[in-house]
Amino acid sequence: MSAVINSDKIPNNVDLASDKKLGRALEAWQPRFLDWWREMGPEGFQEDLVYLRTAVSVDTDGWAHFDYTKMPDYRWGIFLTDRVDDRRIGFGDLMGEPVWQTVPGEHRNALRRLIVTQGDTEPASVEQQRRLGLVCPSAYDLRNLFQVNVEEGRHLWAMVYLLHAHFGKDGREEAEGLLERRSGNSDKPRILGAFNEPCNHWLSFYMFTYFTDRDGKYQLLALSESGFDPLARTTKFMLTEEAHHMFVGETGVGRILERSCELMRKNPSEDARAEGGIDLPTIQKYVNLWYSVSLDLFGGEISSNAASYFAAGLKGRAHEDRYPDHRALEQSLTLDVPGEGLALVKQDVALRNAMNEVLRGEYVEDSQRGLDRWNKILEKAGQSFRLRLPSTRFHRAGGIYAGHHFDPEGRPVTREEWERRSGEWLPTAADEAYVKSLMQTPIYEPGKMAHWIAPPAKGIKGMPIDFEYVKRQA
Amino acid sequence: MAASDKDTPAPIVRFDTEPSRYRHWQLTTEGPLARLAMKVDDTAPFRPGYALKLNSYDLGVDIELADAVTRLRFEHPEVRCVVVTSALPSCFCAGANIYMLGSSSHDFKVNFCKFTNETRLALEEAGDRSGQRYVAALNGVASGGGYELALACHAIYLQDDGSSAVSFPETPLLAVLPGTGGLTRLVDKRKVRRDLADVFSTLAEGVRGKRAKDWGLVDDVFPKSRFDGEVNKRALALAEALPAKKGPGVKLPPVAVERRDEGGKSRAEYRHVSLVVDRAKRVAELTLRGPADEPATSAEAFRERGVDNWAFALFRELDAALLDLRFNCPEVGLIVARTAGEPERVRAHDRALLALAETDWLAHEVVLHMARVLKRFELSARSIFATLEPGSCFAGSLFEVALLADRSYMLDAEGGPRIGLSPANVGPLRMANGLTRLETRFLATPARVAALAGEADLLDAAGAAERGLVTFTPDDIDWEDDVRIAVEERASLSPDALTGMEANLRFAGPETMETKIFARLSAWQNWIFQRPNATGPRGALTMYGRPERPEFDWRRT
Repeated sequence: MSAVINSDKIPNNVDLASDKKLGRALEAWQPRFLDWWREMGPEGFQEDLVYLRTAVSVDTDGWAHFDYTKMPDYRWGIFLTDRVDDRRIGFGDLMGEPVWQTVPGEHRNALRRLIVTQGDTEPASVEQQRRLGLVCPSAYDLRNLFQVNVEEGRHLWAMVYLLHAHFGKDGREEAEGLLERRSGNSDKPRILGAFNEPCNHWLSFYMFTYFTDRDGKYQLLALSESGFDPLARTTKFMLTEEAHHMFVGETGVGRILERSCELMRKNPSEDARAEGGIDLPTIQKYVNLWYSVSLDLFGGEISSNAASYFAAGLKGRAHEDRYPDHRALEQSLTLDVPGEGLALVKQDVALRNAMNEVLRGEYVEDSQRGLDRWNKILEKAGQSFRLRLPSTRFHRAGGIYAGHHFDPEGRPVTREEWERRSGEWLPTAADEAYVKSLMQTPIYEPGKMAHWIAPPAKGIKGMPIDFEYVKRQA
Repeated sequence: MAASDKDTPAPIVRFDTEPSRYRHWQLTTEGPLARLAMKVDDTAPFRPGYALKLNSYDLGVDIELADAVTRLRFEHPEVRCVVVTSALPSCFCAGANIYMLGSSSHDFKVNFCKFTNETRLALEEAGDRSGQRYVAALNGVASGGGYELALACHAIYLQDDGSSAVSFPETPLLAVLPGTGGLTRLVDKRKVRRDLADVFSTLAEGVRGKRAKDWGLVDDVFPKSRFDGEVNKRALALAEALPAKKGPGVKLPPVAVERRDEGGKSRAEYRHVSLVVDRAKRVAELTLRGPADEPATSAEAFRERGVDNWAFALFRELDAALLDLRFNCPEVGLIVARTAGEPERVRAHDRALLALAETDWLAHEVVLHMARVLKRFELSARSIFATLEPGSCFAGSLFEVALLADRSYMLDAEGGPRIGLSPANVGPLRMANGLTRLETRFLATPARVAALAGEADLLDAAGAAERGLVTFTPDDIDWEDDVRIAVEERASLSPDALTGMEANLRFAGPETMETKIFARLSAWQNWIFQRPNATGPRGALTMYGRPERPEFDWRRT
């Protein structure tokens, strides 16, 4: 094992060269991945030179190497953080036993399912975002989009490596399946709902990278605790990349807020829309939408799968070491569960069965932190409007609240009220049309920004904002 | 679980329903096609204490299915293909509800499984013998009992969308077996290779798409955008290949019954059937009354009488009484069956009915119904004695009750009872093993069956005994004591041993898929359900949904 990433056909730090069988399998998969990338990756930019970060080693600094690259030439590869000697399972019934370097037969199906579900989200988001480049607000943003896209592609590689290395023929078939499903295609949809939602303008893109990629962060944190060591080490390295995606989302929304406040100041009735910007209530609606569909990704509040994953040492909590007790057998979590009519009743759920909810809780806190920073922008601009996270009960399609209706404060409402008022809470077709109308033409000229967004505070890797982040070849 | 056997007084189970009262199914018909869509109301479990998530089912859901299958046969003769599907997104049916199973008493579970099995077989028989084929349109995950329901259909189509799958998670997740014939149908009906069936049955997440088709688990797969269209096309083709039936259907009204308590006994009085339960003695007295009228001899007259045709009415009532006994009287160990009426009239009704059944679909349906009820009778885990007394009419179709009994007592006296055979005894009312009850009775001497088929006269006790048609023929001096002692002795034996012994003796002769299903349900499934690895304090079924993992006793038997 090495921190240095070699220069084999498939860059890796797992000594692929010495495992001929695995090497051959992955080399057979590689052209299919490239076919998929050309078909489903960013549309219209494959020949352009993009200023991208590429990993050259897994050391703290080494994985952030910047240079111009054509996206299809990006060095997608397999990088695991270094092995920790004598690592032990840190939670569940098998706590204290040595971690597994190979898949235990008993947990093979469950692990494969976890990996395939995680893996499926990676190409899905690339597919969802493939046409965004054509309406980008700046070359800087275009480059960030592509950075996110190639890294999602690499995360797919990370999961495919696990499938190929540890799950035999089934694993290879699942790896094929990851390239065959298509986001939003009802005949072969991606596995999870949020990854079939259209993401066809930049407000949604920033919300997606802020909220939906943050789900990814928490799933990766939970999987990086896994007793299956290769999974833990793979996901740990993925987390370093995921952080950038959320940065793109947080700064993107922040820049829109900044610009909207500016435009409001220009307008006698503080109407950002009248000035060609995005008004704050509309931004709140997109917060409501992407936050709620991302909450669904954590799974049911009461889940026997979650309990058995934890018991078996397959999936822990984020930062498991911060919890005092790692068996989680004695405690319970009190949930508000829909009862008769519009009532909510308290129900104690055994902690292990509530592990999805525990992870979701951490996610909610983390989401709030960025929201606070967005509100600072509003405060600084002298606006009284504040963005809020809706209740975790609001607009849920999975879990115990699915099929019931709640307003953003989490109060139960009737179906009639929901139908009457959901346009106040979630983007309407008119909102979608308006936001898209702002993003009709792409802006490729270095340093120039679309009217509805403020420039970033600084460029990438010390480069100026007007640096040529994407060299168009067309 | 043991606690719930005693603590919870079992609520009364009733089987009457009709489509406007369904909570869990939507039944629509259009020309030769019917659509039976499952949309289980998760807030309406049969008993409180669990939610019917993901189209999981309990007895309440299956009572509606059984009702729909019966009504389609009688009320919708125009329907020749029934598409069974789900009205929930991305989920066909998750099978029997685990929490319901976990909180039910053993006898309830067994009877629930048995009833569900009978419904599956009825659905299968509708395709084979009533010109009404079922097609499963799996537009979501079909797991456990959900896939078993599909297996009972003539064809299975699975949506190919990357997530819809068929699966048997019972063994890997719950440490039990699929309880409604799934394993048997996999290899016996669909003839799935046993090694592939082995892999399939240990793979909790199941098999999807092309592999499901390659392994023979489904007949075809279609992408979501074409799924409804392709299934419809095939359903229509199946329907059109079957002959149309003449004449309208017959509406099935509820079976009328009057119930009352009579000093320690409860009596259920139907028009042609009485059921008196003596809870202290754990004995039920069942009386079937012969026809008082002349049979209908034309299809028109038969249709006009509809559910009032004697055999139709009596066997519907007998069916209701048997289900009542199974679910509401678990401690009754012995059924003493009697008849009252004129044997010649029974034979006349049999002959008229069977003659009509050759050309008229409704008469044919009634005969199939009688056969199903008789099978339900002998599949009941109760001892059955038939007592043939003066004034009884154990003839033809009603003599089948004497034949299915574990033993029979016929009074040998002047003016005593007489029995007689009819065409009903030599063909149409077959047992699960595919044989008539006479053939099964005389496995050692098949020639006697042929000789008996020509027996036109009524027989007294001596004649019946000589031909081996009854067990004992006490005279009027011994009668009362013999019968009383036999009843008391029977009621004193272990109910478990009797159930096993009777099931072994009742179904001699060849095995069929049907006999295998019930035998394996009784033996394997029920045994596993009782074992600590499933239902002990750390068993997999007990632990399902709980935070801890199951622990197994690793010793193999």
